[in-house]
Amino acid sequence: MKLSKRSSSLVATAVAAALLMTACGGSEDEGGEEGGTEAAGGTYSLYIGEPENPLVPGNTTESEGAQVLEALWTGLVQYAADGAVEYTGVAETIESEDNTTWTVTLKDGWTFHDGTPVTAQSFVDAWNYTALSTNAQGGSYFFSNIEGYDELQGETDDAGTLITPPAAEEMSGLEVVDDTEFTVTLATPFAQFPVTVGYSAFFPLPESFFEDPEAAGTTPVGNGPFQAEEEFVPGTGFTLTRFEEYAGEEPAQADSVEFRVYADQATAYTDVQGGNLDVLSDVPPDALTSVQDEFGDRFLEAPSSGFQYLGLPLYQARYADPRVRQGLSMAIDREEIAEAIFNGGRTPADSVVAPVVEGYREGACEYCTLDPERANELLDEAGFDRSQPIELWFNAGAGHDAYIQAVGNQLRENVGVEYVLRGELDFAEYLPLQDEKGMTGPFRLGWSMDYPSPQNYLEPLYSTSALAPVGSNTTFYSNPEFDSLITEGNSAGSNEEAIEFYNQAEDLLLEDMPVIPMFYELEQAAHGENVSNVVIDVFGHIRTAAVTVNS
Amino acid sequence: MRVSCVLTEEGSLGRYIARRLLLTVPVLLGASFLIFAMVYALPGDPIRALAGDRPLSAAVMAQLREDFNLDDPLWLQYVKYVGDLFQGDFGTDFRGRPVLDTILLRLPVTAKLAAVAIAFEILIGVIAGVLAGIRRNGFFDNVVLVSTTVIVSIPILVLAFISQYVFGLQLGLFPIAGTTEGLYSYLLPGLVLASGSLAYVARLTRTSIAENMRADYVRTARAKGLPNKTVIVRHTLRNSLIPVVTFIGADIGTLMGGAIVTETIFNLPGIGRSVFDSVRAQEGAVVVGIVTLMVLFFIFFNLVVDVLYAVLDPRIRYD
Repeated sequence: MKLSKRSSSLVATAVAAALLMTACGGSEDEGGEEGGTEAAGGTYSLYIGEPENPLVPGNTTESEGAQVLEALWTGLVQYAADGAVEYTGVAETIESEDNTTWTVTLKDGWTFHDGTPVTAQSFVDAWNYTALSTNAQGGSYFFSNIEGYDELQGETDDAGTLITPPAAEEMSGLEVVDDTEFTVTLATPFAQFPVTVGYSAFFPLPESFFEDPEAAGTTPVGNGPFQAEEEFVPGTGFTLTRFEEYAGEEPAQADSVEFRVYADQATAYTDVQGGNLDVLSDVPPDALTSVQDEFGDRFLEAPSSGFQYLGLPLYQARYADPRVRQGLSMAIDREEIAEAIFNGGRTPADSVVAPVVEGYREGACEYCTLDPERANELLDEAGFDRSQPIELWFNAGAGHDAYIQAVGNQLRENVGVEYVLRGELDFAEYLPLQDEKGMTGPFRLGWSMDYPSPQNYLEPLYSTSALAPVGSNTTFYSNPEFDSLITEGNSAGSNEEAIEFYNQAEDLLLEDMPVIPMFYELEQAAHGENVSNVVIDVFGHIRTAAVTVNS
Repeated sequence: MRVSCVLTEEGSLGRYIARRLLLTVPVLLGASFLIFAMVYALPGDPIRALAGDRPLSAAVMAQLREDFNLDDPLWLQYVKYVGDLFQGDFGTDFRGRPVLDTILLRLPVTAKLAAVAIAFEILIGVIAGVLAGIRRNGFFDNVVLVSTTVIVSIPILVLAFISQYVFGLQLGLFPIAGTTEGLYSYLLPGLVLASGSLAYVARLTRTSIAENMRADYVRTARAKGLPNKTVIVRHTLRNSLIPVVTFIGADIGTLMGGAIVTETIFNLPGIGRSVFDSVRAQEGAVVVGIVTLMVLFFIFFNLVVDVLYAVLDPRIRYD
């Protein structure tokens, strides 16, 4: 719906993606005949990296495991290509009068792969399990806005040691009305609550899960288009078969899909070239220059939710003046870096919200385009000391060196200040140092969404309540006006109104510039001649059910 | 050095082996503690890194720290680890997978890869070495000399990529990656993995053979009028193999742990890759479990080598 505001190249990609979505979503439009459509059959293989966690929805917060879950589960809602919520999942409606108490009504007829029905209890039990801190689930914080969440958290002292166990095991805000209805009471109003529940942390769990969570982590039982009939083998993968009783509108086209774990993308790329692998969902960066020639229309690219940016240490006097931050941002030529370093695999960012989200506005950031003259003016006005080099921080061993160095070179060229690269720390040291206010210059950060809402790009990263180490606000930006706009957005009467407030909050943020927006990531995929209808969803995952195998 | 130690050894072969095996206990304890301490000493917070950009609530992080005993001092962590180990519990990794499962799953892959590599080393390396050694400075000797120099000087990474591209993708003779085609999948990676050692084995054998060809006992054997084949196979080769066996014995240990590059490029889910990932994630239990196992292999194969000496060289006796 915001297509008209996008740049031409993005429009092309988006339109292509939209066309593909319609193509695959054909069955969605012709919802009536979905049960009767004969699936095309066949089997295909799909690349994944090693999932970091057992295949449990509440404990999967990274992309590889999430790709597997995408095939195994269908959540309450699903998302269209532009991030809009679609009620094609288990939920019939999710409604609220006051944005605080939400009533979730489920559709009839959904079953888990083991034959048990998907009920309101399946959701409530799953959410309570994930939220309870003793279960140590990575997705626990998704439920922090539900009433009673705090009682499910053990207490810790300042050193981070557990002192007391959780006081309760069930959130008081979740209440089962009957099999097809439950209510969710939030601690603070949140108008976009329905937008969040399509994320994997909110998936339902069958009763069998709670009997043996460990076994469920290797042979998951979900309610999605594919089911697991064998254990997931770390380092190797497994094959999922079509779930014949699937109640969703887009049943699996293929008979089965093999998830094949690769240690190295380059190997997978060679394998897809050789025809031994059908779908590669991550094209290695150095292959981007040749992939188009080699794969032609079997190469596809779609905008993803990934957002790369540089945080600024607002606690350092040198970066305390907004004009300094605006000036530095205007001294960077994002286009050039995107082409030269990333071979066009990223696009320049012009806001702090990714384009796949409803509420993204093209060109929202005034200071995100190259303008050395203005940059120098701003720095002069602020009295920026050019004699000291700028220290540029990034985490080691993750391939960020070239990009950060390019930023340094541009700063030197455009505003005449030297730079020092500080890329010596691993992630394990880099993150805690941010929490301790240890950054001495711009530092590399990345974010990808949990659900397609501008709120997800704003509140967790810049609000006062998300200050590190509790949250991810590592620039230590704190602005009461911004906080209150977010709060107003959260409690707005409608989705549109909420987005309105988030946009205002973003405008404020882009004036204060606690971060320098750099790039949006693009999701690339290549596939063999054996399969067609390969589509990338808003999370950057391949829609496994849509893929058809050519006979 | 090892030979002299064997020579001075008193008692029967059985007692010798028993003594050597007893020695492995302190070696294992020492090695595992050292590895444990080294992983412990790595900078940074593994739980924080596990969470990545995402916030983990303080309570969840505390729970994870407690689950993995990360709050305890080093010595207590180690004591708890060894205590569990004696009850057959290798612990779990940060993802909740039992370490023993990881080992049992990945060890056979690495073992097959190492076995194929060793087979190539012995087959190609020893035969090339013998042929080169008996006709020193002949045509074949020069061929071996040049080709081994070339192979040794190419990094295994390059060799792996090129062979994968040429034999896997272009010619389609071997699978590009994975273990789907059984033992056949291991041939190309095995050869790549063996290449460096193979060249070394060939040279070692060549030198050793060439030297022994001039030894007194060979001259005696020839003087007795034994056929050339018997002289070479029974007398020269057998004696020449001692340094080669020493090398291969040590190499098995290296191959078990050092196959990270090959395993990654050919996508073999082996143990080398596992160690690499675990060290990066600072997962003490996994690293110690696997590395201790490797130390055990190393000790075992060294013992086998020492026993083999006696078989190869009748002058070495354990009694």
